[in-house]
Amino acid sequence: MSSTTVDEEVLMAEEIESKEGVGGADLGARADEIGATVGDYTVDKPRMTARGVNVYYEDKRAIMDVNLDIAENQVISLIGPSGCGKSTFLRCLNRMNDTIDVCRVTGEIKLDDQDIYDKKMDVVPLRAQVGMVFQKPNPFPKSIYENIAYGPRIHGLARTKDEMDEIVEVSLRRAGLWEEVKDRLDEAGTGLSGGQQQRLCIARTISVSPEVILMDEPCSALDPIATAVVEELIDELRQHFTIAIVTHSMQQAARVSQRTAYFHLGRLVEVGPTDEIFTNPVHKLTEDYITGRFG
Amino acid sequence: MQPTTLVILLLILMAIAYQFGMRRSVAVAGGPKNLRSLHSRPNYYGYYTAIWAGLPALIVVGLWAAMQGNFIIDLVIADLPPDVRSLPPERLGLWLNDLKNLAEGNIVSGEVSPALRAGADHYLSLQQTAAAAMAVVVLVIAVAGVSFAMKLISPKLRARNRVEGVVKVLLIFCSSIAIVTTLGIVLSVLFEAIRFFNMVPFMEFFFGTEWSPQTAIRSDQVGSSGAFGMIPLFAGTMLISLIAMTVAVPIGLMSAIYLSEYASSRMRAYAKPALEVLAGIPTVVYGFFAALTVAPFVRNVGESMGLEVSSESALAAGLVMGIMIIPFVSSLSDDVINAVPQSMRDASYGVGATRSETITRVIFPAALPGIVGGILLAVSRAIGETMIVVMAAGLSANLTANPLESVTTVTVQIVTLLVGDQEFDSAKTLAAFALGLMLFVVTLILNVIALHVVRKYREQYE
Repeated sequence: MSSTTVDEEVLMAEEIESKEGVGGADLGARADEIGATVGDYTVDKPRMTARGVNVYYEDKRAIMDVNLDIAENQVISLIGPSGCGKSTFLRCLNRMNDTIDVCRVTGEIKLDDQDIYDKKMDVVPLRAQVGMVFQKPNPFPKSIYENIAYGPRIHGLARTKDEMDEIVEVSLRRAGLWEEVKDRLDEAGTGLSGGQQQRLCIARTISVSPEVILMDEPCSALDPIATAVVEELIDELRQHFTIAIVTHSMQQAARVSQRTAYFHLGRLVEVGPTDEIFTNPVHKLTEDYITGRFG
Repeated sequence: MQPTTLVILLLILMAIAYQFGMRRSVAVAGGPKNLRSLHSRPNYYGYYTAIWAGLPALIVVGLWAAMQGNFIIDLVIADLPPDVRSLPPERLGLWLNDLKNLAEGNIVSGEVSPALRAGADHYLSLQQTAAAAMAVVVLVIAVAGVSFAMKLISPKLRARNRVEGVVKVLLIFCSSIAIVTTLGIVLSVLFEAIRFFNMVPFMEFFFGTEWSPQTAIRSDQVGSSGAFGMIPLFAGTMLISLIAMTVAVPIGLMSAIYLSEYASSRMRAYAKPALEVLAGIPTVVYGFFAALTVAPFVRNVGESMGLEVSSESALAAGLVMGIMIIPFVSSLSDDVINAVPQSMRDASYGVGATRSETITRVIFPAALPGIVGGILLAVSRAIGETMIVVMAAGLSANLTANPLESVTTVTVQIVTLLVGDQEFDSAKTLAAFALGLMLFVVTLILNVIALHVVRKYREQYE
């Protein structure tokens, strides 16, 4: 099922745009239909919990009262039409939104019972605990080795060169890249192919041993084969890490995740086990989105 | 008719020709409904006709204006009395100057002889005839151009391509003006420098450690040996530039980092223009600031510490020059740092790096090529700077590394060599051209290195 062709995605995106562009009134009506989140947003073993989260860009409210748990050693996928706030929500989970001046977050987000928006919370260790992989592969213009060693070095995770070598090797192995690059660790990371670059970025993220990994459409810039490799990797990483992934591809959500959360116009509409959401959606909006009736 | 009137007339003619061409093309197409049968839109036929009206005529005007002067003078000379014609060339030149002055109503150097008066009258009448002839010829050419173009207009004429071809030639012409001018300046400096090297040996100029450009005006003059060793000048230039860069690079870089990474957008909106105001202050203002404020201050501080400081010191000039260069370094670095993609910052923050770690380990290395390029441009600026040094660093060519002494620079010496009464073929004045050439070569090399560095590493993070 790795043939989620790019064309399909493009078509979907276009559909979304035309819907949003022309049928503004229609979407407004749908906003009233949303109501409270359908499904159980709590889990047995939560790693992160979000309660009553609101995000504002200046005066515009981008996320409204979202409650969501992220379970340990599971993959949760966040889906929804463009501009629904799923990426914004993801970036709240390691306070990447702090880098945007006008962005303001209210509500409570906890990592292992620690409020990450607490005034005493330091974002630096937080981001080491909650790592992030971005939409476009963004390796540093340094060697492959230095790309991985960057995080451990600034956090002082390795005392000797041997320890660093080991961290690099383990990270690259976990990201499934070791065999491809072990003979050219001193070559530039930017010289790899797109899929390899994205796996390098994943390796860079796991090199600081995070507990949670956030992925913001990690495959949208990759070709189908590289996408399949990264998806397989995500499934393996689940054993060691907790993962939240934003994706535009519903096939991808169905393939890699155990739980799925559907966002619409800044609200969390429905959340539940992935197979139930895709086979038996409860909320009409979820059903419409999944069956491709609207973007 | 005055040439300006003629040009205005030509422009009017071109406007009319445009209308003619457009109408003609519509008529040739068979009315406004059949414009599709034309190769180009009607306005291109209009431009085409206008170009035919204006371009050949303007070229003729240019050539005519360039040649008319000499031609008329030749005619006047041919008609002069034999005793004037047989004068030596310099005297004849002076005589002709008088003649022109008389003709144009200016003051004449000597008494007005009948021959001069007759020559001037002849000159005036020739000029009038020439002007009238030019007007007639040019207008005839313009009208002929229009009628020729009208005859050429047919649906198949590729007017758009022709017009665009002319526009392209015009663009090439304009861009070549800058290149040709540069080339001209370089060549003229080069030839004068070669004349200088005929008088002063090459090696003496390059490796001499004494600079005292006093050549004798009369052969019996004393105390004017003339020593043209450029080393003290270049040493002085380097010393002052070094001091300036020591001031400008750290301050400029740090302010660039503050502005691009730490400052809020409101702070940035005010601070950046304020910093760039520094670049707008005329260097002569910096100069007297250096001479009247900074130099005495440096001397007082130095003396209070028991040092011997000259009242015109390299330090004062270098400090002020450094302040002047700060905006170059900061503005260029700021642009380069901003050009580092946000994704690099995200990646670094994403693994838990602090802001300063991100800057020193990711952003700075990624921006380094551009920063180096900016610094090298600032260095060329420092080397070429004159006014501050003239006012604050002094004129004595000391070969010293002590920043508290007075030194002089290449540019200052060029100014002093060319100011004052000197023959323009003495070694003293020609030395200015040799120095200028050296300066040009040095800054050119720096610029080439800067461009090369920037280009080589630019794509690294893309």
